[in-house]
Amino acid sequence: MVQFSLPKNSKITTGKTWPKPDGAANVRKFKIYRWNPDDGQNPRVDTYFVDMDSCGPMVLDALIKIKNEIDPTLTFRRSCREGICGSCAMNIDGINTLACIYGMDEIKGDVAIYPLPHMPVVKDLIPDLTHFYAQHASIMPWLETKTNRPAKEWKQSIEDRKKLDGLYECVMCASCSTSCPSYWWNGDRYLGPAALLHAYRWIIDSRDEATGERLDQLEDPFKLYRCHTIMNCAKTCPKGLNPAKAIAHIKKMMVERTV
Amino acid sequence: MQFLTDRKRAQGLGAGRSGTHHHWQMLVSSILLVPLVPLFIFTFGYGLGGTYEEVLAYFSRPFPAIVMGLSLIVITLHVMREAHEAIEDYMHGATEKLALVSVSGLAYTLIAAGLFALVKLAL
Repeated sequence: MVQFSLPKNSKITTGKTWPKPDGAANVRKFKIYRWNPDDGQNPRVDTYFVDMDSCGPMVLDALIKIKNEIDPTLTFRRSCREGICGSCAMNIDGINTLACIYGMDEIKGDVAIYPLPHMPVVKDLIPDLTHFYAQHASIMPWLETKTNRPAKEWKQSIEDRKKLDGLYECVMCASCSTSCPSYWWNGDRYLGPAALLHAYRWIIDSRDEATGERLDQLEDPFKLYRCHTIMNCAKTCPKGLNPAKAIAHIKKMMVERTV
Repeated sequence: MQFLTDRKRAQGLGAGRSGTHHHWQMLVSSILLVPLVPLFIFTFGYGLGGTYEEVLAYFSRPFPAIVMGLSLIVITLHVMREAHEAIEDYMHGATEKLALVSVSGLAYTLIAAGLFALVKLAL
C-alpha cells in the first residue's frame, strides 16, 4: 500500500523563531522548512522576520536576504534569478513554483516555504532530483535520426517548428511532476508530466526519425497511463506550460497507431 | 540495498507494451455510457412501482430488457476497469494482484447474476 503518513523521523516539529529586525516598520513573517541530514534531528519549521523595505519583490530575494543577513545555514538552490534555470523550484504558499519569479505580493499573510513535495530531501529546501533526471534521460531527449546527416542542416518548416512551442520552454524545474498525485504514489515507474512533455517534444519533432521507438518505450500502464488528467501539472507550471495536453496528445497517437 | 545506476532504476523492466487497449476500452465504454445511463434511469424508473405482474410484463418487452442487459454489462465493466486503475495506483505487490483478481471476480459474478435474473424476468 502507498504510505499516507510521514515516517516518525520525518514528522515536522516547531523550530527556532529568529528575532525581528531592529527598527523595521514593514516586517513580513517567513516560515521555512529546515532539515539537516547531519544532526539526526527531525525536520523543523523556522520562523524568520524580513524587513520588506530593504528586500526585493520576489520570494528568492527574501531567501537570499535571510541567508545573507539572518541565518547563513539556510540552504537552497538558485542560479539565474529569472526563471530560466529552474534551480529554485520549491513549494511556496502551497504552490510548486520558482522562487525567483514568484512575487511576494501574490501571497496573503505569512510566507510558508517547503521543498518540492514527495521527494527525498538533501537539505532544507533542496530535493533530491536524481531519479527525476534519470527519467528525463530515459526518454532520449535528443534528435534521433537514421538518415545520413545532411550537408547543411536538418530542415524544418515554419509550421512544424510551431508545433514545438509550449514544449521546448520547459526548464525541468520539477514543479509539475512533484505536484502530481500519480507521481507521488508511483514515481518509481510513472515518468511524470515533465519527462512526458519532453518525450512529446521529440515525438512531434518533424526531424526526429525514432517516433515509433519513442512510442514503443512509452506504451506501458505505468510509464504513461498513470496520468489520470488531474491537471495539477498545468495549474502549477511556473512557465505556463500544459504537460497534461502533451500527455493527451501522446495517448491520442498511441490510439491512432493501434485502432 | 542494490547498487543500481540511476538510469537502470529509472528504466526498470522497460515498457510493458500494453495500456493503449485499456485506454481505448475506457474511451469506448465512456462514450457508450453517455446515452446508456439516461436510458437506464428512464427505463428502470418507468418499470418501478407496479405490481409483480406489471413489472414482469414490462421487463419481458425487448427494449427495456435490452437496455437493462446492456447497462449491466457496460457499466459493470467500466467500473471494474476504473477500479483496476485505482488499485494499481494505491496498492503494490501481492495485495495488488489479489485485489485485481477479486474485483474482476466480483464484476463478472455481478454480470452473470444480473443477466440470469434478467433472462428469468424476460422469458
